[in-house]
Amino acid sequence: MPTRAPRRRRDLVPVAFVAPFLLLFLLTFALPIGYAVYQSVMDVEHTGALGLGGSHTVFVGLRNYSDALSDHAFVRSIGRVLLFAAVQVPVMVALSAGLALLLDSASARGVRFFRAAFFLPYGVPGVIASILWGFLYVPGVSPLVDGMRHLGLSVDLLGGNTVLWSIANIVTWEFAGYNVLVLVAQLRTIPAELYEAARIDGASAWMTVRHVKLPLLRPALILTTVFTIIGTLQLFAEPLVLKPVSSSIDSAYTPNLSAYNEAFTNDNYHLAAAEAVLLALAAFALSFGFLRLINKRGGDA
Amino acid sequence: MSLQTPARTVPPKGGTPASDDGTTPRSGITGVTTRSRILVTGLLVAAAGYFLLPVYWLVVASTKSTGSLFGSFGLWFSHPQFLSNLHQVVTYDHAIYLRWAANSLLYAGVGAGVATLLAAMSGYALAKFSFTGRDTIFSVVLGGVLIPATALALPMYLLFSKAGLANSYWAVLLPSFVSPFGVYLCRIYAAASIPDELLEAARIDGAGEIRIFTVVVLRIMTPALVTIFLFQFVGIWNNYFLPLVMLSDSKLYPITLGLTSWQSFADRQPQLYQMTVGGAFVSVVPLMIAMVALQRFWRSGLTEGSVKG
Repeated sequence: MPTRAPRRRRDLVPVAFVAPFLLLFLLTFALPIGYAVYQSVMDVEHTGALGLGGSHTVFVGLRNYSDALSDHAFVRSIGRVLLFAAVQVPVMVALSAGLALLLDSASARGVRFFRAAFFLPYGVPGVIASILWGFLYVPGVSPLVDGMRHLGLSVDLLGGNTVLWSIANIVTWEFAGYNVLVLVAQLRTIPAELYEAARIDGASAWMTVRHVKLPLLRPALILTTVFTIIGTLQLFAEPLVLKPVSSSIDSAYTPNLSAYNEAFTNDNYHLAAAEAVLLALAAFALSFGFLRLINKRGGDA
Repeated sequence: MSLQTPARTVPPKGGTPASDDGTTPRSGITGVTTRSRILVTGLLVAAAGYFLLPVYWLVVASTKSTGSLFGSFGLWFSHPQFLSNLHQVVTYDHAIYLRWAANSLLYAGVGAGVATLLAAMSGYALAKFSFTGRDTIFSVVLGGVLIPATALALPMYLLFSKAGLANSYWAVLLPSFVSPFGVYLCRIYAAASIPDELLEAARIDGAGEIRIFTVVVLRIMTPALVTIFLFQFVGIWNNYFLPLVMLSDSKLYPITLGLTSWQSFADRQPQLYQMTVGGAFVSVVPLMIAMVALQRFWRSGLTEGSVKG
């Protein structure tokens, strides 16, 4: 029954449906990546005495990468976000999982209210959350700092050793509720028969959590972990907003801040491009590395 | 990489009303004692305090004068003057705040709308047609989910400025139209929820492909589309890096960028401290209300994207 003409027409249908997205995807994903890679291997060279003979762009290979990686401030910024991730990702995932399990436990009351309360900060843009917490960190304005001082505790939340964790607090505050929602949604998909079976086997509440709920939460835990890792590497708005109130934050505090600063303050697009490529590679490596680790360990699960 | 079919999701209408309050059905499963109830409630209250305290501070601070913002106890009211603060926020600099709000609505509304439609179209095509290059396209798009948006923004700015697009509405809108995660969700949702027989039947009835998509497919995919729209809307609304990089004309700013520009001038013009706080309050409250009201849509869509280990 189907003749040739309509079949060929049918082949065009999926192409027509995918084309608009694909075009824009190429324009906003593939092209910028390609362009960043191109920019990162080029540089501006000045010719003539004192560089007055004009400038032109030349291929320099990996020089921008070696420049970036031998720049102490940039390397330190990478170390800083890795340290940040090593602490913040586990704290975030553990806190979210803990709250989700509490909300899902039989003893929980007013689940609807608590879930909404935890989720609220997700609606607050990162910059606004940072402005908000900024006020809560500055002595003289902050009721928290002032309150603690009355109790004889003087903490400098914006000092060199603490400000990174003050930023971690903002990020946790913003996104924990979202993760809780993901995890609670996953917990609700667990069939009641599983709990029934666990009960017949005489499992305590803790054993049910350990042997039924946590294993079934795995997919959602992996998802939240990967997104938290990617989010961590993008750290930008929080340190930028806190910069005016904390002398410990410099213009290369995070890799992102450094790339932004190279591009817009120092007009060094080529170095900025190399830094952006390194950042994307790091995000890829960490996310894939984590997924592989999980797959290897849980191959039999 | 192992992003696979999702775990079956919660019914969209929050179908288990009893367990929503955590009271009835599960209490027989794990023995609930008064002690555990007190402990659990105590922990939940403590967590709620942590998440709500800054919001409460914002409410109180938005009613204060610049002087008492710095000079009075932060967690209690002092000569509330919310209305005059509000008046100042919306009228300052030829009502630039209202323009920022309208820009944010435009970026987030139009951006999320178009992104959702494009994701639906390509997700449906990737799920329901077989054609050459299909799997390649899908893996490339999935890779896009893992690329930090901020790594893209700088090179995109350079490209856009070459094309004369930087510092325009398009500079923020075009990237907002693309949601790789939306395509991923749509493909999974379409594969699971649209029966091939239905499409065949519609074709036999003589319906064109566009008609099938708009009448049948979009209707079936509505729950997933609402989720994608919400994600994209909040993502664009909260985005800071892209507009910061792209825009230099403050008339094109979204609210996030506008408020930080006020904040950065505040040490020269102290009244801007109060306006930053007041402006933040005004911008955050509607979104918070929407967030809570639309929670069930979020929940129904969230597990669709789960990664299976």
